[in-house]
Amino acid sequence: MSENRIAVAKTYKLYIGGAFPRSESGRSYPVNDAGGAFLANAAQGSRKDARDAVAAARKAFGGWSGATAYNRGQVLYRVAEVLEGRREQFVAEVAAAEGASAEEARSLVDAAIDRWVWYAGWTDKIATVLGSSNPVAGPYFSFSVPEPTGVVAVLAPQRSSLLGLISAVAPVIAGGNTAVVVTSQDRPLPAVTLAEVLATSDVPGGVVNVITGRTAEIAPWLASHADVNALDLTGAPESLRADLERSAAGTVKRVLRARPSEDFTREPDLARLRSFLESKTVWHPIGI
Amino acid sequence: MAATSTAPSLPPALADAVRDDASLRRFLHGLPGVDQVGVEQRAAGLGTRSIKKAAKLWAIDKAISMVDLTTLEGADTAGKVRSLAAKARRPDPERPEVPAVAAICVYPDMVATAVGELAGTGVDIASVATAFPSGRSSPEVKLADTAYAVDAGATEIDMVIDRGAFLSGRYGQVFDEIVRVKQACGDAHLKVILETGELATYDNVRRASWLALLAGGDFIKTSTGKVTPAATLPVTHVMLQAVRDWRDQTGELRGVKPAGGIRTTKDAIRYLVAVHEVAGAEWLTSELFRFGASSLLNDLLMQRRTQLDGHYSGPDYVTVD
Amino acid sequence: MWEYAPAPESRDIANLKPAYRMFVDGQFVEGGGEPLKTINPGTEEVLAEVSTAAPADVDRAVRAARRAYDGVWGRMPGSERAKYLFRIARLVQERARELAVLESLDNGKPIKESRDVDVPTAAAHFFYHAGWADKLGYAGHGPDPRPLGVAGQVIPWNFPLLMAAWKIAPALACGNTVVLKPAETTPLTALVLAEIIQQADLPPGVVNVLPGAGDVGAGLVGHADVDKVAFTGSTEVGKVIQRQLAGTGKKLTLELGGKAANIVFDDAPLDQAVEGIVNGIFFNQGHVCCAGSRLLVQESVAEELLEKLRVRVSTLRVGDPLDKNTDVGAINSREQLTKIQELTASGEAEGAQRWTSSCPLPDKGFYFAPTVFSNVSQAMRIAREEIFGPVLSVLTFRTPDEAVAKANNTPYGLSAGIWTEKGSRILWAAQKMRAGVVWANTFNRFDPTAPFGGYQESGFGREGGRTGLEAYLDV
Repeated sequence: MSENRIAVAKTYKLYIGGAFPRSESGRSYPVNDAGGAFLANAAQGSRKDARDAVAAARKAFGGWSGATAYNRGQVLYRVAEVLEGRREQFVAEVAAAEGASAEEARSLVDAAIDRWVWYAGWTDKIATVLGSSNPVAGPYFSFSVPEPTGVVAVLAPQRSSLLGLISAVAPVIAGGNTAVVVTSQDRPLPAVTLAEVLATSDVPGGVVNVITGRTAEIAPWLASHADVNALDLTGAPESLRADLERSAAGTVKRVLRARPSEDFTREPDLARLRSFLESKTVWHPIGI
Repeated sequence: MAATSTAPSLPPALADAVRDDASLRRFLHGLPGVDQVGVEQRAAGLGTRSIKKAAKLWAIDKAISMVDLTTLEGADTAGKVRSLAAKARRPDPERPEVPAVAAICVYPDMVATAVGELAGTGVDIASVATAFPSGRSSPEVKLADTAYAVDAGATEIDMVIDRGAFLSGRYGQVFDEIVRVKQACGDAHLKVILETGELATYDNVRRASWLALLAGGDFIKTSTGKVTPAATLPVTHVMLQAVRDWRDQTGELRGVKPAGGIRTTKDAIRYLVAVHEVAGAEWLTSELFRFGASSLLNDLLMQRRTQLDGHYSGPDYVTVD
Repeated sequence: MWEYAPAPESRDIANLKPAYRMFVDGQFVEGGGEPLKTINPGTEEVLAEVSTAAPADVDRAVRAARRAYDGVWGRMPGSERAKYLFRIARLVQERARELAVLESLDNGKPIKESRDVDVPTAAAHFFYHAGWADKLGYAGHGPDPRPLGVAGQVIPWNFPLLMAAWKIAPALACGNTVVLKPAETTPLTALVLAEIIQQADLPPGVVNVLPGAGDVGAGLVGHADVDKVAFTGSTEVGKVIQRQLAGTGKKLTLELGGKAANIVFDDAPLDQAVEGIVNGIFFNQGHVCCAGSRLLVQESVAEELLEKLRVRVSTLRVGDPLDKNTDVGAINSREQLTKIQELTASGEAEGAQRWTSSCPLPDKGFYFAPTVFSNVSQAMRIAREEIFGPVLSVLTFRTPDEAVAKANNTPYGLSAGIWTEKGSRILWAAQKMRAGVVWANTFNRFDPTAPFGGYQESGFGREGGRTGLEAYLDV
C-alpha cells in the first residue's frame, strides 16, 4: 500500500427518516478537531430539517412504540453489535473530536457501547420495574404501565461526543420513544457515524433522526414544535435554557433539565428512562 | 321447540326470535351483557335515596297495595290461610283507610279456602304451581298442577321455570313449558319465577327474563323464596330493565315481582325507587309490581303508624297472622 | 305521581363560622390581602368572609414552611411522620359529616357526592400515604430517597378538600413541608383541614394554608424559596406556571384539563354503559378534569344508546346541593355558568343538535340542566374545548380504528373510557389510548393506590400509588 495514497474523504450528512439528506438549506459548516485542524464539513441543519425530522419521528412512533419490548431489545442489542464492529472508527473520531488520547478515546467508546447494551437490556424490564398492580378499594382490577411519551427532542451533550450522546439517546428509544437529536455543535462527527450504524442495523428509519448544526438555531424550533412531546435540554446553551423551557410550556412538554456537570462515565440510574415515560392506569371491574 | 307451542303474537323482530331453538338461542345470547359491578353500583346508589314525609307515606301505602301476602309452608292449614286472608283484606283493622294487599299467595290445595274468604273483595288469589319450588316433574304433572289451581279459583299462577333446562341451554324447552302453562292458565295471570338465585349471573337473569316475556308471562318474578339468595335489588334492576325494554319494543306493559327476603319498609322503598327510576312511574301500580312477602306487611304497618302518629310503634300494635 | 319530599342535610352540621382566617406557622391569622366573601352557589348567599394572603403573607408562610422543614419535619424519622398522617386520616373520618356539608355549601356539589366520594377518598389518601412515610426506600428510588423541601401547591375548586388531600398527603409523607393555596371560590374545607392538622398537633409550619385569588398562587409558585410546585387546574394556567418556572430548577408537576372520550362499542353492556356515561359527565356537575365529555358511540347502537341515555338523564334530579336526593348540584360560580352557557350556545350555532333535560331548576343559585349534544363533529368547539359542566357531546364511529383516532384527536390526554364485553378489544383500545387513566366498563373511579395524571397538555407527573411519590422526592 502506498504511503501516499489519498484517503477517501467522507461527507457527513443529516439522518432523517432513515435517509441521509444534505440540509435542505444547502448549508454546511467546517468541523475542526480539538487542535483546530479541519476535519470535515458537516451539514448545517435548518428549522425545516428539524421539522422534517419531527415528522419522520412521529411517523415512526407508532411502529416503534408498538413493537414488543423483546423486539426493541433485540434491535438495540443489534446496534451494539454493529457499534462494536466500528469501534476503531469511533475511537479515531472521538479522539479527534474531544482531543483525547487513543487510550482515553478507546475507554470512552467502550463505555458508550456498554451503555448501549445496558439500555438494550432495559426494554423488557421497564414495565416490571416501573409498573404496578394497584390494590384499589373496590371490585376492580387496576394496573399501571409505563408508556413512551412520544417524540423527544434531544439536545445532545456538547462535550461528550459519543458517550454523552448515547447516554442521552439510548434511554429515549429504549422506552419506545422516537428521537430528534441535535448533535454537539462542534463535535458532531461521531453522531453522524452513529447514524450510519443505526441505518445499517435494524432500527427502523425515523426512530432516531440526527441533525448537525447550530444548536441555538435549531433548538427553539423544536422546543416550540407542537408535535414534539418532550425536550432534553442537556446540550442546550446555558443562555438559552430558560427560553427553551418557556417555549416548551406552550404545549406542556416534558422537560429534562440540564444537570450541571453530568458525568457520563458514571453508572447511570433510571432518571433518564423515567423522564420520557408516561404512566397509564387501567381499571376494569371484577365480576361474573 | 315443539311444533305444538304457539307463541303469543309478537312484533316481527321478536317473532323471528322464537321461530326455532337456534333463533331463540341467538336472540338471547345477542342481548347486551350485564356488568355485575356496574349494576350493583347503580342499585346501591339508588338505594341511598332518602324518602321522607309525604313521599314515604305514599310509598308505604303503595307498597302495602303491592304485597302478595304469602304462605308457602308444608305446615299450612285452612285456618292459617283464613287468617292470612283476613289480614290481606284489612291489613290494619284499626285503620280502615289502609289499602288491602294485592293478593294472597298459597299452595294449590289452599286455593279453595282462600277463594272462600276473598271472593269479591278485589284481593287476588295467587297459587304457586308447576311442581313448585323445584319444578322437577313431568310436563303433564306441571300442567295438571296449574289446572288444579285455576279450577279451584286462582286468579294468578306463579310458575317456576325449569332451571336445569335453562342452565343446560335448552331454552326452547323452557319456552314451550311457559307457553303451555300460560295456555293452561286461561284468564289467570301468569307470573314466571326465574329463581334467579340458581341462575348465578345477571346475564342469565336478563336472558331468562326475555325468555319468559317472549313466552307470554304477565309477570317475571325473582324467586320461590326457598333458595338463597332470593330477591336482590340488582337482580330486580335487571328485570325492570327487561320490562322497560319490552315496552319500548312492543308497547306492552309487563310486571315484575321480587320475592323473598324483603322484610323492612326501608327495603321496600328501595325497590319502589328502583321501579320509579329504572322502569318508570307507570310501573308504580300493583298491576305491574308486586312484593312476594309475608313479614314485610307488618313492618309497613308499623312504619305507617310511626309516620302518622309521630312516635315509634311496636310489634304488639300490629296483628300477627 | 310520586314526588320525593325534600330531604335536606342540616346546614348546622357544617359549623359554619362568619369569618375564616389563613393558617400560617401553626396559627390562624389575619391575612394582609383584601378579604373575600365565599358564597353558596346553590343560593348565591354569602357563607363567610375569608381573609386572604398578601405578598408578605406568602413570604411568611414559605419561611415558616422552610423553618419547619429544616428544623423538624425534613429530619423526622418516617415512622413518626406516618403517625401524624394517620392522625389526620382519622380526624377527617371523625369530622366527615361536617366536612361533607361544608363542602356542599361552599362548592355546590350534591351532598351524596361529598359524603360518599370526596370526604372518604380524602381520608383514604392520608391513610394510604401515612403508610408510605417510613417505607420510601421501597419505592424504587434507592434506599434513602430525600424530600425536596418546601412545596407550593395550588388547587382548584372542583374537589376542594380532596385535592388538598391529594397534594398534602404525599408531600408530607415524603418529608416535605407545604404551603397550599385553595381556590378562591372554595377555601373553607381546606381551612377546616388546617384545623384538623392543628388538632393532630403537627409541628407549626409543616402545613400552611393561604386563601386568595390567582395572584396569591402566582406569588407562591414564584417564591424563590419554594423547591417544588404542584398545580391542579386549567391547562391555560398550567402553561403560565410552567413558563414562570422555566430556568428556576424547581420541580413541577401539573394536573390539567381534559376532553376525555368515552367509547361505546356495539357489544357493550348498554345499561351499564349508560350509567358510566352519566357518571362520566354529570358527576360533580361535570366539573371534573377527567370527565367523559365526548361520547363516541358505534353507529350500529347509537340510536338505541342515545334513547336510553336521554331517558336516564331525565331522571337526574338537579337542585339543592344539600338535598340527599340531588344528583346534580349547583355550578360552582356565575363565571363558570357563563362559560358553560357560552360554549353550549356555540354548540347550537355550529349545528349540533341540543337536548336538555326538562328537569325543574331552582329560582336562585347557579344551575345548568344536563345537556346532551348529538350530531357533533370533531371540528366543533364543544368537541374540542373543555366545557367543565354537565354537557355531553356525542359523536359516532364505525370501526375501532376510527374510534381510537377520534378519541386521541385532542391536545389533551387525561382519561378515556371503553365499553365492550370483548376482553381483547378492551386491552387493545386501552393500549391505543393516549391518556393517563383508562376506565374500561366503568368510569370516574379514584383510589389512592392508583396513579392519576395526564399525557400531553393534560399535564405531567402522577398522583397516587408508588409512581406519585416521585413528585415529592429528589429523584
